[in-house]
Amino acid sequence: MAKELWKGNEAIAEAAIRAGCKYFFGYPITPQNEIPEYLSLHLPKIGGCFLQAESEVAAINMVYGAAGCGKRVMTSSSSPGISLKQEGITYICGAELPAVIVNMMRGGPGLGTIQPAQGDYFQATRGGGNGDYRHLVYAPATIQEAADFVQLAFDVADHYRNPVMILADGMIGQMMEAIEWRELPKRELPEKTWATTGTKEARQPNVINSLYIDPNLCAEHNERLAKKYAAMEENEVLWEEYNTEDCEVLFVAYGTPSRIARAAIRQLEKEGIKAGLLRPITLWPFPHKALKAAAQQASVKAVVDVELSMGQMIDDVKIALEGCKPVSFVGKAGGVVPTPADVCAAAKAAIGR
Amino acid sequence: MNKRIQIITGHYGSGKTEFAVNLALHLARQGEETALADLDIVNPYFRSYEQADRLEAAGVRVIVTSCGGAADIPALNPAVLSIFEDRSLRGVLDIGGDPIGARVLARFAPKLATEDFDLLFVLNANRPETNTVDRALDYLQGIEAECRQRVTGIVNNTHLCSQTTPEEILKGAALASALSERTGLPIVCHGVHRRFLPQLEGSLAEPLFPMELYMKKPWEINREEEEFIWQES
Repeated sequence: MAKELWKGNEAIAEAAIRAGCKYFFGYPITPQNEIPEYLSLHLPKIGGCFLQAESEVAAINMVYGAAGCGKRVMTSSSSPGISLKQEGITYICGAELPAVIVNMMRGGPGLGTIQPAQGDYFQATRGGGNGDYRHLVYAPATIQEAADFVQLAFDVADHYRNPVMILADGMIGQMMEAIEWRELPKRELPEKTWATTGTKEARQPNVINSLYIDPNLCAEHNERLAKKYAAMEENEVLWEEYNTEDCEVLFVAYGTPSRIARAAIRQLEKEGIKAGLLRPITLWPFPHKALKAAAQQASVKAVVDVELSMGQMIDDVKIALEGCKPVSFVGKAGGVVPTPADVCAAAKAAIGR
Repeated sequence: MNKRIQIITGHYGSGKTEFAVNLALHLARQGEETALADLDIVNPYFRSYEQADRLEAAGVRVIVTSCGGAADIPALNPAVLSIFEDRSLRGVLDIGGDPIGARVLARFAPKLATEDFDLLFVLNANRPETNTVDRALDYLQGIEAECRQRVTGIVNNTHLCSQTTPEEILKGAALASALSERTGLPIVCHGVHRRFLPQLEGSLAEPLFPMELYMKKPWEINREEEEFIWQES
């Protein structure tokens, strides 16, 4: 298929429609507004429902309801709006429902700025809601990936009966890139026998709930969830390595900083320094094993973590490395993006050049 | 593009902001006293005001929406009026890339009634909402309806960011011709990165407008021009 030029947010919205999403509930916030705008125009044309809720809290609870009916449903927001959705996300995890949640991150904390940031890593990977819950987090670095991962997210959500988050900085939502529409290999998905689709008086009603009166039942429920999360850790980890073989400096970055790190790698090469990049694609589950393997190469002198935050993913980097190599950090928060030159300088400092 | 005020509209991704920045710099280099007004009240990123340092260094006065453009507050800076009041100025107005964004112009309708201006529709054949004559025409008419003005010319600025080729520009030229035939509007020029000028010289009836790329992505900014753009991916 011919390449087309798509804006990240629009591509995510179109990808959702192509993945069979017919329901979207949201509330406007910059820099993700093109997602609801696109879906408000196009969902009604395919017999779907777009609804601008009265708040993010209402929107995520509408997602909870539609997901309980077994329908493919999405919501999107940006940092402060995603904070408001945290209660709904833990309920959706507790009730074991599939849904796709997009966070197009902006500067924080609080209302922050409308410029790109990655300050919601902790919230996305550790959970901002209560209880022992987990959900997959996909971090696209290109518009092609943004479109592909939406498709993947819907399938994975259905596969595990669990919400999936697409986590990107605002730059990914706002920039334009050439993409090709393509279909990923389909997963074999279980039938949604649990959905509240009407009993037709042929079965007992299905109940969607996250409340357990009996603590023993709730403990069992948690054991079952933990097994599901372990399966995700076993089967769903994704990452990309660029130039990592025999590298002297190993960058770890996702989203926009990974593109900046790649530019820095080309610059460092000109200066005689071999640098590589390990880019986590799933932030949870994090590619701990792959990162440790790359860092353990004898050639690696230093690991440099690059983020649009004051250092959040670096915790996972340190967990992965188990102290095997020194880790340093370069990044900016609040909507300012480091330049390739900033990243080159950090790499040189890390190896004493 | 000889009229005193050049108003630049088009779909997001058409490259209208890139075109507006290039046009303002072009006018300034020709010795014209030039002002560029970033009137995009819709788009938060990739705005012409981000090039204020470069533009001002070249002598272009830059006028931005409220809060320096960095907040999503759709309020216009009264300094925009200086472009209408000071008739010694050449003005370039960069308008938001959809009919809603174009509504800003309606506020200046009384001023424009007595003004000498071009309203240019920047076209990119690779944007899904303007990739056929029907869609491009719908978009053009949507903009005209909201801004209460008539488009006076078409600019073919077809590109695929870093994956642009001369063939893409020619594909866009064909769409622009078809749109021109349908509407009777002239093709004012083809926006062409200077790298492609030798290949395209003489192949199109309308003038080629040489473009530099200023609206770079964050990973492109320290790189040499030749390298960052045509070799990525």
